[in-house]
Amino acid sequence: MRFWLITLAVLALSVAHPAHAADGIDPAADARAFRNYFVEKFPNVKLDDFANGPYSLNEDMRRQWEEKEQFPPYEFSLETGKELFAKPFANGKHYADCFPEQGIGVRQNYPRFDEKTGQVITLELALNLCRETNGEKAISYTGDDMAALTAYMAFTSRGKPFDIKIPNDPRALEAYENGKRYFYTRRGQLNFSCATCHVQNPGERLRAEVLAPALGILNALPIYRSEWGGMGTTSRRFVSCNSQVRGVPLEPQAEEYRDLEYFLSYVSNGLPISGPGSRP
Amino acid sequence: MRILSRAWMPLCCVPLAFLTSGAALAASSDADFRSAYARADAAEKEAGRLRNQWIATEAALTEARAAAEKQDFEAAIAAAKEAEALAKASIFQATNEKDAWKNLEIR
Repeated sequence: MRFWLITLAVLALSVAHPAHAADGIDPAADARAFRNYFVEKFPNVKLDDFANGPYSLNEDMRRQWEEKEQFPPYEFSLETGKELFAKPFANGKHYADCFPEQGIGVRQNYPRFDEKTGQVITLELALNLCRETNGEKAISYTGDDMAALTAYMAFTSRGKPFDIKIPNDPRALEAYENGKRYFYTRRGQLNFSCATCHVQNPGERLRAEVLAPALGILNALPIYRSEWGGMGTTSRRFVSCNSQVRGVPLEPQAEEYRDLEYFLSYVSNGLPISGPGSRP
Repeated sequence: MRILSRAWMPLCCVPLAFLTSGAALAASSDADFRSAYARADAAEKEAGRLRNQWIATEAALTEARAAAEKQDFEAAIAAAKEAEALAKASIFQATNEKDAWKNLEIR
């Protein structure tokens, strides 16, 4: 009798093990599930339209936004970004020298995983690495210049679908998984995760704001926010989100934030870049 | 006179004893604050190691330091205790979320 019980227990464990293995990291399956969730939740929204955030879910806001787009509030920043991008460094080199395609129309490929350093390189980080390589000081990740530069680069990629690659490298998979964990982890005194707002409650109001869906949420960045009275980078958005749930934000471009950006961009692969965007 | 002195001596000692105990109370309050603050600070550092500090904890620690500077140890100790409780709650949250995050995951 005991022999059979032990045999049954061993069998049960051996059956359970493959199920656990199936819980392994599978970004492609995650992206499919992620997309399906939003498509099923909002059957009347066209897939590409998720890149327009709350405007894809609220008709009144959409009308106002479309009118604002006639004279978009990010236009000045766009001009500044173009000038900054073209301005040579002290050594005569340019930002363009640091990027494929001279930096034009490449925003959809960021963040990328750098197999040399084993790190996620966001567009913001790539810009500062470029500066430092050319003997310039790094600029603030939450400042106006970074917002302007990324706005210009996003503008040159408008309409191009996100094309984030996860190479066959365990470190890249780990970075992706870290980003996913960060996205779903509750934090701050309000006990909110990113998913609490952007998965469970998109389309609902948080005070005067309509919450954006997580699918395509980074496609519109950087954004002009009326609440900020100016442009804001992805870094600024993450920092302010953490503050809003009463958590102490991490330092801009912390590994967790870069991994989060990697995860969120990957699951939005195929959706067009719509940045720079504007929000109330 | 000698009798009178003996009679009055305990009475004279009352204010002296009161003053002494008052000083002891103040000293003990300062020590209590330092101890309460050290506990709160240690808990907040642990929350920092877990990358999950709360704004309210930082505010309570600042409040505790400000009250202590004004020698208001009662308020300082209360704020330090609040900071410790908040920091411990954030540690619990971070520890609990090590696995609980999976419950929110889209599959």
